[in-house]
Amino acid sequence: MNRTDNLIELRDVSFSYGGAPILENVDLQIREGEFLGIVGPNAGGKSTLLKLILGLLEPQSGHIRVMGKRPDEARQLIGYVPQYPNFPRDFPITVEQAVMIGRLGVRSRQSPLGNLYPGRYKTTDRSAARQALSEVEAGNLANRQIGTLSGGQLQRMLLARALVVEPAILILDEPTANIDQRLESDIFDLLKRLNERMTILVVSHDIGFVSGYVTRVACINRTLVCHHADAIDGQVIQELYGENVHMVVHNH
Amino acid sequence: MAEFFTALTQYAFLQSAVVAGLLASIGCGVMGTYVVVKRIAFLAGGIAHSVLGGMGAAVYYGFDPLVGALIAAVLSALLIGWVRLQWQAQEDTLIGALWAIGMAAGILFIAKTPGYQTDLMSYLFGNILLVPEKSLWFMAALDALLLIIVGTYHRQFLAVVFDEEFARLRGIPVTFFYLLLLVLVAITVVLLIQVVGLILVLALLTLPAAVAGHYVHSLGRMMLLATLLGSAVSFSGLALSYGPDLPAGPTIILLAGAVYVISALATRAVARRKTRASLLDSVNRRRSA
Repeated sequence: MNRTDNLIELRDVSFSYGGAPILENVDLQIREGEFLGIVGPNAGGKSTLLKLILGLLEPQSGHIRVMGKRPDEARQLIGYVPQYPNFPRDFPITVEQAVMIGRLGVRSRQSPLGNLYPGRYKTTDRSAARQALSEVEAGNLANRQIGTLSGGQLQRMLLARALVVEPAILILDEPTANIDQRLESDIFDLLKRLNERMTILVVSHDIGFVSGYVTRVACINRTLVCHHADAIDGQVIQELYGENVHMVVHNH
Repeated sequence: MAEFFTALTQYAFLQSAVVAGLLASIGCGVMGTYVVVKRIAFLAGGIAHSVLGGMGAAVYYGFDPLVGALIAAVLSALLIGWVRLQWQAQEDTLIGALWAIGMAAGILFIAKTPGYQTDLMSYLFGNILLVPEKSLWFMAALDALLLIIVGTYHRQFLAVVFDEEFARLRGIPVTFFYLLLLVLVAITVVLLIQVVGLILVLALLTLPAAVAGHYVHSLGRMMLLATLLGSAVSFSGLALSYGPDLPAGPTIILLAGAVYVISALATRAVARRKTRASLLDSVNRRRSA
Protein backbone atom coordinates (compact mmCIF):
# COMPACT_ATOMS: atom_id res chain seq x y z
CA MET A 1 0.00 0.00 0.00
CA ASN A 2 1.84 3.09 -1.23
CA ARG A 3 2.93 5.01 1.85
CA THR A 4 -0.36 4.50 3.62
CA ASP A 5 -1.96 1.86 5.76
CA ASN A 6 -5.41 2.65 4.49
CA LEU A 7 -6.66 0.75 1.47
CA ILE A 8 -9.34 3.35 0.76
CA GLU A 9 -9.18 6.93 1.98
CA LEU A 10 -11.82 9.64 1.69
CA ARG A 11 -10.85 13.08 3.00
CA ASP A 12 -13.47 15.79 3.34
CA VAL A 13 -15.40 14.53 0.32
CA SER A 14 -18.49 16.43 -0.85
CA PHE A 15 -20.66 15.66 -3.84
CA SER A 16 -23.85 16.94 -5.47
CA TYR A 17 -25.52 16.26 -8.80
CA GLY A 18 -25.96 20.00 -9.23
CA GLY A 19 -28.74 20.63 -6.70
CA ALA A 20 -28.75 19.89 -2.98
CA PRO A 21 -25.62 18.16 -1.67
CA ILE A 22 -25.80 14.37 -1.61
CA LEU A 23 -22.68 13.94 0.50
CA GLU A 24 -20.95 16.53 2.69
CA ASN A 25 -17.52 16.43 4.30
CA VAL A 26 -17.21 12.66 4.43
CA ASP A 27 -14.03 11.35 6.06
CA LEU A 28 -13.66 7.62 5.89
CA GLN A 29 -10.67 5.31 6.06
CA ILE A 30 -10.90 1.65 5.25
CA ARG A 31 -8.11 -0.77 6.09
CA GLU A 32 -7.11 -3.87 4.26
CA GLY A 33 -9.13 -6.92 5.23
CA GLU A 34 -12.11 -5.04 6.62
CA PHE A 35 -15.71 -6.08 5.98
CA LEU A 36 -17.45 -2.72 6.09
CA GLY A 37 -21.22 -2.41 6.15
CA ILE A 38 -22.54 0.91 4.89
CA VAL A 39 -26.02 1.63 6.16
CA GLY A 40 -28.37 4.58 6.13
CA PRO A 41 -31.77 5.74 4.93
CA ASN A 42 -32.86 5.74 1.30
CA ALA A 43 -31.36 8.62 -0.69
CA GLY A 44 -28.83 9.08 2.10
CA GLY A 45 -25.92 8.89 -0.35
CA LYS A 46 -24.81 5.26 0.10
CA SER A 47 -24.74 4.35 -3.58
CA THR A 48 -23.18 7.71 -4.44
CA LEU A 49 -20.37 6.97 -1.98
CA LEU A 50 -19.68 3.69 -3.77
CA LYS A 51 -19.68 5.38 -7.18
CA LEU A 52 -17.17 7.94 -5.91
CA ILE A 53 -14.87 5.16 -4.70
CA LEU A 54 -15.23 3.44 -8.09
CA GLY A 55 -14.41 6.67 -9.91
CA LEU A 56 -17.74 6.66 -11.76
CA LEU A 57 -18.43 10.07 -10.18
CA GLU A 58 -15.99 12.80 -9.20
CA PRO A 59 -16.27 14.68 -5.91
CA GLN A 60 -16.77 18.47 -6.02
CA SER A 61 -14.29 18.80 -3.19
CA GLY A 62 -12.08 16.63 -1.06
CA HIS A 63 -10.01 13.75 -2.30
CA ILE A 64 -10.24 10.00 -2.62
CA ARG A 65 -7.38 7.52 -2.80
CA VAL A 66 -7.80 3.82 -3.46
CA MET A 67 -4.65 1.78 -2.85
CA GLY A 68 -2.78 5.08 -3.02
CA LYS A 69 -4.10 5.85 -6.52
CA ARG A 70 -6.89 7.85 -8.12
CA PRO A 71 -10.12 5.80 -8.14
CA ASP A 72 -10.23 5.51 -11.94
CA GLU A 73 -6.67 4.14 -11.90
CA ALA A 74 -7.35 1.66 -9.12
CA ARG A 75 -10.75 0.38 -10.17
CA GLN A 76 -9.42 -2.47 -12.28
CA LEU A 77 -8.68 -4.17 -8.96
CA ILE A 78 -12.20 -3.60 -7.65
CA GLY A 79 -15.04 -6.05 -8.18
CA TYR A 80 -18.42 -4.27 -8.24
CA VAL A 81 -21.91 -5.67 -7.84
CA PRO A 82 -24.47 -2.96 -8.71
CA GLN A 83 -27.87 -2.75 -7.06
CA TYR A 84 -29.69 -3.14 -10.36
CA PRO A 85 -28.20 -4.84 -13.39
CA ASN A 86 -27.43 -2.31 -16.14
CA PHE A 87 -28.41 -4.68 -18.93
CA PRO A 88 -31.74 -5.80 -20.38
CA ARG A 89 -32.70 -9.23 -19.08
CA ASP A 90 -33.56 -10.44 -22.59
CA PHE A 91 -30.05 -9.78 -23.92
CA PRO A 92 -28.92 -12.89 -25.85
CA ILE A 93 -26.00 -14.02 -23.71
CA THR A 94 -25.22 -16.98 -21.48
CA VAL A 95 -24.20 -16.67 -17.85
CA GLU A 96 -20.69 -17.87 -18.65
CA GLN A 97 -20.22 -15.31 -21.44
CA ALA A 98 -21.51 -12.49 -19.25
CA VAL A 99 -19.13 -13.47 -16.44
CA MET A 100 -16.23 -13.79 -18.88
CA ILE A 101 -16.53 -10.10 -19.80
CA GLY A 102 -14.94 -9.45 -16.40
CA ARG A 103 -11.75 -11.06 -17.74
CA LEU A 104 -11.18 -8.20 -20.20
CA GLY A 105 -9.79 -6.04 -17.41
CA VAL A 106 -7.56 -8.85 -16.16
CA ARG A 107 -5.99 -9.34 -19.56
CA SER A 108 -5.29 -5.64 -19.90
CA ARG A 109 -3.19 -5.67 -16.72
CA GLN A 110 -0.85 -8.10 -18.46
CA SER A 111 -0.83 -6.90 -22.05
CA PRO A 112 0.91 -3.80 -23.40
CA LEU A 113 -2.07 -3.29 -25.71
CA GLY A 114 -4.33 -3.05 -22.66
CA ASN A 115 -7.97 -3.30 -23.51
CA LEU A 116 -7.28 -2.91 -27.21
CA TYR A 117 -6.05 -6.50 -27.07
CA PRO A 118 -7.82 -8.16 -30.01
CA GLY A 119 -9.28 -11.59 -30.60
CA ARG A 120 -10.97 -14.26 -28.56
CA TYR A 121 -11.10 -15.34 -24.95
CA LYS A 122 -8.51 -17.91 -23.86
CA THR A 123 -9.09 -21.22 -22.13
CA THR A 124 -7.80 -19.67 -18.92
CA ASP A 125 -10.53 -17.02 -19.11
CA ARG A 126 -13.19 -19.69 -19.51
CA SER A 127 -11.88 -21.72 -16.59
CA ALA A 128 -11.67 -18.58 -14.44
CA ALA A 129 -15.33 -17.88 -15.24
CA ARG A 130 -16.29 -21.47 -14.35
CA GLN A 131 -14.35 -21.24 -11.11
CA ALA A 132 -15.97 -17.93 -10.13
CA LEU A 133 -19.40 -19.43 -10.85
CA SER A 134 -18.76 -22.50 -8.74
CA GLU A 135 -17.42 -20.30 -5.93
CA VAL A 136 -20.85 -18.61 -5.75
CA GLU A 137 -22.54 -22.03 -6.11
CA ALA A 138 -23.81 -21.24 -9.59
CA GLY A 139 -21.62 -23.59 -11.63
CA ASN A 140 -24.73 -25.33 -12.98
CA LEU A 141 -25.97 -22.03 -14.47
CA ALA A 142 -23.00 -21.52 -16.85
CA ASN A 143 -24.89 -22.33 -20.05
CA ARG A 144 -28.21 -20.73 -19.12
CA GLN A 145 -29.46 -17.59 -20.85
CA ILE A 146 -29.47 -14.69 -18.39
CA GLY A 147 -33.15 -14.09 -19.17
CA THR A 148 -34.09 -17.42 -17.55
CA LEU A 149 -32.47 -16.70 -14.17
CA SER A 150 -34.40 -16.01 -10.97
CA GLY A 151 -33.53 -12.94 -8.88
CA GLY A 152 -31.23 -14.91 -6.59
CA GLN A 153 -29.48 -16.66 -9.48
CA LEU A 154 -28.93 -13.33 -11.23
CA GLN A 155 -27.40 -11.96 -8.04
CA ARG A 156 -24.99 -14.89 -7.92
CA MET A 157 -24.06 -14.27 -11.56
CA LEU A 158 -23.33 -10.60 -10.81
CA LEU A 159 -21.19 -11.69 -7.87
CA ALA A 160 -19.28 -14.18 -10.05
CA ARG A 161 -18.72 -11.44 -12.62
CA ALA A 162 -17.19 -9.28 -9.88
CA LEU A 163 -15.00 -12.14 -8.60
CA VAL A 164 -13.63 -13.19 -11.98
CA VAL A 165 -11.86 -9.83 -12.00
CA GLU A 166 -9.57 -11.20 -9.24
CA PRO A 167 -10.26 -8.12 -7.15
CA ALA A 168 -8.46 -6.82 -4.07
CA ILE A 169 -11.63 -5.01 -3.03
CA LEU A 170 -15.22 -6.18 -3.49
CA ILE A 171 -17.95 -3.53 -3.48
CA LEU A 172 -21.62 -4.51 -3.35
CA ASP A 173 -24.65 -2.24 -3.49
CA GLU A 174 -27.65 -3.83 -1.76
CA PRO A 175 -26.76 -7.33 -2.93
CA THR A 176 -29.83 -8.83 -1.27
CA ALA A 177 -32.47 -6.20 -2.03
CA ASN A 178 -34.27 -8.28 -4.61
CA ILE A 179 -34.08 -11.75 -3.12
CA ASP A 180 -35.75 -13.56 -0.26
CA GLN A 181 -34.37 -13.77 3.25
CA ARG A 182 -33.07 -17.32 3.19
CA LEU A 183 -30.87 -16.43 0.24
CA GLU A 184 -29.84 -13.26 2.02
CA SER A 185 -28.01 -15.28 4.69
CA ASP A 186 -26.51 -17.52 2.00
CA ILE A 187 -25.03 -14.52 0.22
CA PHE A 188 -23.66 -12.99 3.43
CA ASP A 189 -22.15 -16.31 4.52
CA LEU A 190 -20.41 -16.37 1.17
CA LEU A 191 -19.18 -12.79 1.61
CA LYS A 192 -17.84 -13.72 5.04
CA ARG A 193 -15.76 -16.47 3.40
CA LEU A 194 -14.56 -14.12 0.63
CA ASN A 195 -13.52 -11.60 3.28
CA GLU A 196 -10.67 -13.96 4.19
CA ARG A 197 -8.91 -12.93 0.98
CA MET A 198 -10.32 -9.51 0.09
CA THR A 199 -11.61 -6.27 1.58
CA ILE A 200 -15.39 -5.94 1.28
CA LEU A 201 -17.69 -2.91 1.28
CA VAL A 202 -21.37 -3.66 1.30
CA VAL A 203 -24.29 -1.22 1.23
CA SER A 204 -27.41 -2.36 2.99
CA HIS A 205 -30.63 -0.86 4.28
CA ASP A 206 -30.92 -3.63 6.86
CA ILE A 207 -28.78 -2.36 9.71
CA GLY A 208 -29.63 -5.15 12.13
CA PHE A 209 -28.92 -7.89 9.66
CA VAL A 210 -25.52 -6.75 8.40
CA SER A 211 -24.18 -6.00 11.86
CA GLY A 212 -24.06 -9.74 12.47
CA TYR A 213 -21.56 -10.21 9.64
CA VAL A 214 -19.43 -7.11 9.17
CA THR A 215 -16.37 -6.01 11.11
CA ARG A 216 -17.49 -2.39 11.14
CA VAL A 217 -20.52 -0.33 10.20
CA ALA A 218 -20.47 3.13 8.64
CA CYS A 219 -23.74 5.03 8.78
CA ILE A 220 -24.30 7.52 6.00
CA ASN A 221 -26.97 10.15 5.87
CA ARG A 222 -25.53 12.95 3.74
CA THR A 223 -22.50 12.79 5.96
CA LEU A 224 -20.82 10.09 7.99
CA VAL A 225 -23.06 9.89 11.05
CA CYS A 226 -21.16 7.20 12.87
CA HIS A 227 -18.86 4.33 12.49
CA HIS A 228 -18.24 1.71 15.08
CA ALA A 229 -17.54 -1.89 15.46
CA ASP A 230 -19.82 -2.21 18.46
CA ALA A 231 -23.49 -3.04 18.42
CA ILE A 232 -25.91 -0.56 16.92
CA ASP A 233 -28.29 0.73 19.56
CA GLY A 234 -31.47 2.79 19.40
CA GLN A 235 -29.50 6.00 19.97
CA VAL A 236 -27.46 5.52 16.80
CA ILE A 237 -30.46 4.57 14.75
CA GLN A 238 -32.27 7.66 15.88
CA GLU A 239 -29.24 9.76 15.00
CA LEU A 240 -29.15 8.18 11.58
CA TYR A 241 -32.80 8.23 10.63
CA GLY A 242 -33.79 11.23 12.70
CA GLU A 243 -36.84 9.59 14.24
CA ASN A 244 -37.88 6.65 16.33
CA VAL A 245 -37.77 3.45 14.38
CA HIS A 246 -38.59 -0.07 15.42
CA MET A 247 -35.67 -2.34 15.93
CA VAL A 248 -36.18 -5.90 14.90
CA VAL A 249 -33.81 -8.38 16.45
CA HIS A 250 -32.46 -10.90 13.94
CA ASN A 251 -31.11 -14.16 15.20
CA HIS A 252 -28.47 -15.76 13.05
CA MET B 1 -40.30 -17.05 -61.26
CA ALA B 2 -38.75 -19.25 -63.96
CA GLU B 3 -38.56 -16.11 -66.06
CA PHE B 4 -36.33 -14.56 -63.38
CA PHE B 5 -33.90 -17.46 -63.36
CA THR B 6 -33.59 -17.42 -67.16
CA ALA B 7 -33.00 -13.68 -67.06
CA LEU B 8 -30.46 -14.12 -64.27
CA THR B 9 -28.24 -16.23 -66.53
CA GLN B 10 -28.52 -13.68 -69.33
CA TYR B 11 -28.32 -10.21 -67.86
CA ALA B 12 -25.30 -8.79 -66.06
CA PHE B 13 -27.44 -6.16 -64.33
CA LEU B 14 -29.47 -8.89 -62.59
CA GLN B 15 -26.33 -10.70 -61.53
CA SER B 16 -24.99 -7.43 -60.12
CA ALA B 17 -28.27 -6.94 -58.28
CA VAL B 18 -28.00 -10.37 -56.66
CA VAL B 19 -24.39 -9.72 -55.63
CA ALA B 20 -25.37 -6.31 -54.22
CA GLY B 21 -28.11 -7.97 -52.16
CA LEU B 22 -25.67 -10.51 -50.74
CA LEU B 23 -23.04 -7.87 -49.94
CA ALA B 24 -25.63 -5.72 -48.19
CA SER B 25 -26.84 -8.72 -46.18
CA ILE B 26 -23.44 -9.17 -44.54
CA GLY B 27 -23.59 -5.64 -43.17
CA CYS B 28 -27.22 -5.91 -42.16
CA GLY B 29 -26.65 -9.24 -40.38
CA VAL B 30 -23.56 -8.21 -38.44
CA MET B 31 -24.34 -4.60 -37.56
CA GLY B 32 -28.11 -5.17 -37.45
CA THR B 33 -27.53 -7.56 -34.55
CA TYR B 34 -25.80 -4.83 -32.55
CA VAL B 35 -28.54 -2.33 -33.48
CA VAL B 36 -31.25 -4.72 -32.25
CA VAL B 37 -29.63 -5.82 -28.98
CA LYS B 38 -28.42 -2.31 -28.12
CA ARG B 39 -31.86 -0.91 -29.08
CA ILE B 40 -30.52 1.91 -31.22
CA ALA B 41 -32.83 1.52 -34.23
CA PHE B 42 -34.02 5.13 -33.94
CA LEU B 43 -30.40 6.27 -33.87
CA ALA B 44 -29.66 4.22 -36.99
CA GLY B 45 -32.74 5.77 -38.62
CA GLY B 46 -31.37 9.24 -37.88
CA ILE B 47 -28.04 8.35 -39.46
CA ALA B 48 -29.78 6.88 -42.52
CA HIS B 49 -31.94 9.91 -43.22
CA SER B 50 -29.25 12.50 -42.57
CA VAL B 51 -27.31 10.80 -45.35
CA LEU B 52 -29.50 12.48 -47.98
CA GLY B 53 -27.79 15.78 -47.11
CA GLY B 54 -24.41 14.27 -47.99
CA MET B 55 -25.70 12.67 -51.18
CA GLY B 56 -27.36 15.92 -52.29
CA ALA B 57 -24.19 17.93 -51.64
CA ALA B 58 -22.10 15.38 -53.54
CA VAL B 59 -24.43 15.51 -56.54
CA TYR B 60 -24.47 19.32 -56.47
CA TYR B 61 -20.68 19.61 -56.34
CA GLY B 62 -20.18 16.78 -58.82
CA PHE B 63 -18.78 14.00 -56.59
CA ASP B 64 -19.83 10.37 -56.35
CA PRO B 65 -23.03 10.42 -54.22
CA LEU B 66 -21.89 7.27 -52.45
CA VAL B 67 -18.82 9.09 -51.13
CA GLY B 68 -21.02 11.97 -49.98
CA ALA B 69 -23.31 9.47 -48.28
CA LEU B 70 -20.42 7.82 -46.48
CA ILE B 71 -19.04 11.13 -45.19
CA ALA B 72 -22.46 12.34 -44.03
CA ALA B 73 -23.24 9.01 -42.35
CA VAL B 74 -19.97 8.90 -40.42
CA LEU B 75 -20.27 12.56 -39.37
CA SER B 76 -23.81 12.20 -38.09
CA ALA B 77 -22.94 8.94 -36.29
CA LEU B 78 -20.10 10.69 -34.46
CA LEU B 79 -22.28 13.71 -33.66
CA ILE B 80 -25.17 11.62 -32.29
CA GLY B 81 -22.82 9.35 -30.36
CA TRP B 82 -20.92 12.24 -28.84
CA VAL B 83 -24.10 14.02 -27.77
CA ARG B 84 -25.46 10.82 -26.26
CA LEU B 85 -22.35 10.31 -24.17
CA GLN B 86 -22.24 13.97 -23.09
CA TRP B 87 -25.88 14.91 -22.44
CA GLN B 88 -28.02 11.82 -22.40
CA ALA B 89 -31.33 13.68 -22.09
CA GLN B 90 -31.21 15.39 -25.46
CA GLU B 91 -30.35 12.38 -27.56
CA ASP B 92 -33.76 11.74 -29.14
CA THR B 93 -34.36 15.42 -29.96
CA LEU B 94 -31.00 15.64 -31.66
CA ILE B 95 -31.61 12.47 -33.67
CA GLY B 96 -34.99 13.83 -34.80
CA ALA B 97 -33.42 17.15 -35.78
CA LEU B 98 -30.56 15.54 -37.69
CA TRP B 99 -33.05 13.23 -39.41
CA ALA B 100 -35.10 16.16 -40.78
CA ILE B 101 -32.24 18.63 -41.38
CA GLY B 102 -30.30 16.05 -43.39
CA MET B 103 -33.26 15.31 -45.61
CA ALA B 104 -34.17 18.98 -46.09
CA ALA B 105 -30.59 19.90 -47.03
CA GLY B 106 -30.41 16.97 -49.43
CA ILE B 107 -33.62 17.91 -51.20
CA LEU B 108 -32.49 21.56 -51.56
CA PHE B 109 -29.15 20.51 -53.05
CA ILE B 110 -30.82 18.11 -55.47
CA ALA B 111 -33.42 20.71 -56.50
CA LYS B 112 -30.67 23.21 -57.27
CA THR B 113 -28.52 20.72 -59.20
CA PRO B 114 -28.76 21.61 -62.88
CA GLY B 115 -29.73 18.91 -65.36
CA TYR B 116 -31.88 15.84 -65.39
CA GLN B 117 -33.02 14.75 -61.89
CA THR B 118 -34.22 11.19 -61.70
CA ASP B 119 -31.99 10.24 -58.83
CA LEU B 120 -34.02 11.48 -55.87
CA MET B 121 -36.38 8.50 -55.94
CA SER B 122 -33.54 6.03 -56.27
CA TYR B 123 -31.74 7.56 -53.27
CA LEU B 124 -34.91 7.40 -51.22
CA PHE B 125 -36.06 3.94 -52.28
CA GLY B 126 -32.95 2.44 -53.81
CA ASN B 127 -32.49 0.83 -57.14
CA ILE B 128 -30.83 -2.50 -56.84
CA LEU B 129 -31.12 -3.05 -60.61
CA LEU B 130 -28.89 -0.07 -61.34
CA VAL B 131 -25.95 -0.83 -59.03
CA PRO B 132 -22.81 -0.23 -61.11
CA GLU B 133 -19.89 -2.66 -60.88
CA LYS B 134 -17.76 0.04 -59.28
CA SER B 135 -20.25 0.23 -56.42
CA LEU B 136 -20.07 -3.53 -55.91
CA TRP B 137 -16.33 -3.24 -55.25
CA PHE B 138 -16.99 -0.33 -52.93
CA MET B 139 -19.57 -2.40 -51.03
CA ALA B 140 -17.23 -5.39 -50.83
CA ALA B 141 -14.48 -3.17 -49.40
CA LEU B 142 -16.86 -1.77 -46.76
CA ASP B 143 -17.95 -5.31 -45.83
CA ALA B 144 -14.34 -6.40 -45.48
CA LEU B 145 -13.56 -3.42 -43.24
CA LEU B 146 -16.63 -4.19 -41.13
CA LEU B 147 -15.78 -7.86 -40.70
CA ILE B 148 -12.14 -7.20 -39.84
CA ILE B 149 -12.99 -4.64 -37.14
CA VAL B 150 -15.82 -6.70 -35.63
CA GLY B 151 -13.69 -9.85 -35.77
CA THR B 152 -10.84 -8.09 -33.99
CA TYR B 153 -12.85 -6.41 -31.26
CA HIS B 154 -15.98 -8.51 -30.81
CA ARG B 155 -15.27 -8.99 -27.08
CA GLN B 156 -14.98 -5.27 -26.47
CA PHE B 157 -18.11 -4.54 -28.54
CA LEU B 158 -20.04 -7.18 -26.58
CA ALA B 159 -18.87 -5.67 -23.28
CA VAL B 160 -19.96 -2.19 -24.38
CA VAL B 161 -23.37 -3.15 -25.79
CA PHE B 162 -24.12 -5.45 -22.85
CA ASP B 163 -23.23 -3.22 -19.89
CA GLU B 164 -21.51 0.12 -20.46
CA GLU B 165 -20.87 0.82 -16.79
CA PHE B 166 -19.26 -2.55 -16.16
CA ALA B 167 -17.15 -2.17 -19.31
CA ARG B 168 -15.96 1.24 -18.11
CA LEU B 169 -15.02 -0.21 -14.71
CA ARG B 170 -12.98 -2.89 -16.44
CA GLY B 171 -10.96 -0.17 -18.13
CA ILE B 172 -12.40 -0.61 -21.62
CA PRO B 173 -12.38 2.70 -23.55
CA VAL B 174 -16.18 2.77 -23.80
CA THR B 175 -16.43 6.07 -25.68
CA PHE B 176 -14.02 4.89 -28.35
CA PHE B 177 -15.76 1.56 -28.91
CA TYR B 178 -19.25 3.06 -28.81
CA LEU B 179 -18.36 5.66 -31.43
CA LEU B 180 -16.59 3.01 -33.52
CA LEU B 181 -19.74 0.90 -33.35
CA LEU B 182 -21.87 3.81 -34.56
CA VAL B 183 -19.43 4.51 -37.40
CA LEU B 184 -19.76 0.86 -38.47
CA VAL B 185 -23.55 1.22 -38.34
CA ALA B 186 -23.18 4.30 -40.55
CA ILE B 187 -21.09 2.31 -43.02
CA THR B 188 -23.77 -0.39 -43.08
CA VAL B 189 -26.43 2.22 -43.78
CA VAL B 190 -24.47 3.30 -46.84
CA LEU B 191 -24.18 -0.33 -47.97
CA LEU B 192 -27.91 -0.86 -47.67
CA ILE B 193 -28.85 2.38 -49.40
CA GLN B 194 -27.67 0.79 -52.64
CA VAL B 195 -30.25 -1.92 -52.28
CA VAL B 196 -33.34 -0.45 -50.66
CA GLY B 197 -32.69 3.31 -50.43
CA LEU B 198 -32.33 5.34 -47.30
CA ILE B 199 -36.00 5.37 -46.25
CA LEU B 200 -36.16 1.59 -46.09
CA VAL B 201 -32.70 0.98 -44.65
CA LEU B 202 -34.06 0.75 -41.14
CA ALA B 203 -36.20 -2.26 -41.99
CA LEU B 204 -33.34 -4.26 -43.45
CA LEU B 205 -31.06 -3.24 -40.59
CA THR B 206 -33.43 -4.44 -37.87
CA LEU B 207 -35.85 -7.07 -39.22
CA PRO B 208 -33.46 -9.94 -40.14
CA ALA B 209 -31.57 -9.55 -36.85
CA ALA B 210 -34.82 -9.35 -34.87
CA VAL B 211 -36.10 -12.54 -36.54
CA ALA B 212 -32.76 -14.25 -35.84
CA GLY B 213 -33.15 -13.18 -32.20
CA HIS B 214 -36.35 -15.23 -31.99
CA TYR B 215 -34.42 -18.44 -32.58
CA VAL B 216 -30.77 -18.13 -31.52
CA HIS B 217 -29.34 -16.67 -28.34
CA SER B 218 -25.82 -15.45 -28.90
CA LEU B 219 -24.55 -12.47 -30.85
CA GLY B 220 -22.41 -14.60 -33.16
CA ARG B 221 -25.26 -16.89 -34.15
CA MET B 222 -27.64 -13.95 -34.52
CA MET B 223 -25.18 -12.34 -36.94
CA LEU B 224 -24.85 -15.50 -39.00
CA LEU B 225 -28.58 -16.25 -39.13
CA ALA B 226 -29.47 -12.60 -39.84
CA THR B 227 -26.98 -12.55 -42.72
CA LEU B 228 -28.53 -15.71 -44.18
CA LEU B 229 -32.05 -14.33 -43.71
CA GLY B 230 -31.05 -11.02 -45.26
CA SER B 231 -29.58 -12.82 -48.27
CA ALA B 232 -32.65 -15.01 -48.65
CA VAL B 233 -35.03 -12.08 -48.38
CA SER B 234 -33.14 -9.85 -50.80
CA PHE B 235 -32.75 -12.67 -53.33
CA SER B 236 -36.39 -13.76 -53.16
CA GLY B 237 -37.60 -10.16 -53.13
CA LEU B 238 -35.65 -9.52 -56.30
CA ALA B 239 -37.04 -12.69 -57.90
CA LEU B 240 -40.62 -11.90 -56.90
CA SER B 241 -40.44 -8.33 -58.17
CA TYR B 242 -38.93 -9.21 -61.55
CA GLY B 243 -41.91 -10.85 -63.29
CA PRO B 244 -44.63 -8.31 -62.42
CA ASP B 245 -42.09 -5.46 -62.79
CA LEU B 246 -42.47 -4.22 -59.19
CA PRO B 247 -39.85 -1.96 -57.60
CA ALA B 248 -37.34 -4.34 -55.99
CA GLY B 249 -36.57 -2.38 -52.79
CA PRO B 250 -40.12 -2.20 -51.42
CA THR B 251 -40.74 -5.85 -52.42
CA ILE B 252 -37.70 -6.92 -50.40
CA ILE B 253 -38.85 -4.86 -47.41
CA LEU B 254 -42.41 -6.21 -47.50
CA LEU B 255 -41.04 -9.73 -47.62
CA ALA B 256 -38.75 -9.02 -44.65
CA GLY B 257 -41.69 -7.45 -42.80
CA ALA B 258 -43.90 -10.48 -43.49
CA VAL B 259 -41.21 -12.87 -42.25
CA TYR B 260 -40.83 -10.77 -39.09
CA VAL B 261 -44.56 -10.61 -38.31
CA ILE B 262 -45.10 -14.34 -38.90
CA SER B 263 -42.04 -15.22 -36.84
CA ALA B 264 -43.04 -12.91 -33.98
CA LEU B 265 -46.59 -14.34 -33.88
CA ALA B 266 -45.33 -17.92 -34.07
CA THR B 267 -42.77 -17.37 -31.28
CA ARG B 268 -45.44 -15.84 -29.06
CA ALA B 269 -47.84 -18.68 -29.71
CA VAL B 270 -45.20 -21.29 -28.90
CA ALA B 271 -44.22 -19.44 -25.71
CA ARG B 272 -47.88 -19.27 -24.61
CA ARG B 273 -48.44 -22.93 -25.31
CA LYS B 274 -45.34 -23.79 -23.26
CA THR B 275 -46.53 -21.70 -20.30
CA ARG B 276 -49.99 -23.29 -20.50
CA ALA B 277 -48.52 -26.77 -20.74
CA SER B 278 -46.30 -26.26 -17.72
CA LEU B 279 -49.18 -24.73 -15.73
CA LEU B 280 -51.47 -27.66 -16.60
CA ASP B 281 -48.64 -30.02 -15.80
CA SER B 282 -48.16 -28.64 -12.30
CA VAL B 283 -51.92 -28.59 -11.67
CA ASN B 284 -52.21 -32.23 -12.73
CA ARG B 285 -49.27 -33.23 -10.61
CA ARG B 286 -50.80 -31.57 -7.57
CA ARG B 287 -54.12 -33.34 -8.24
CA SER B 288 -52.55 -36.75 -8.51
CA ALA B 289 -50.42 -36.20 -5.43
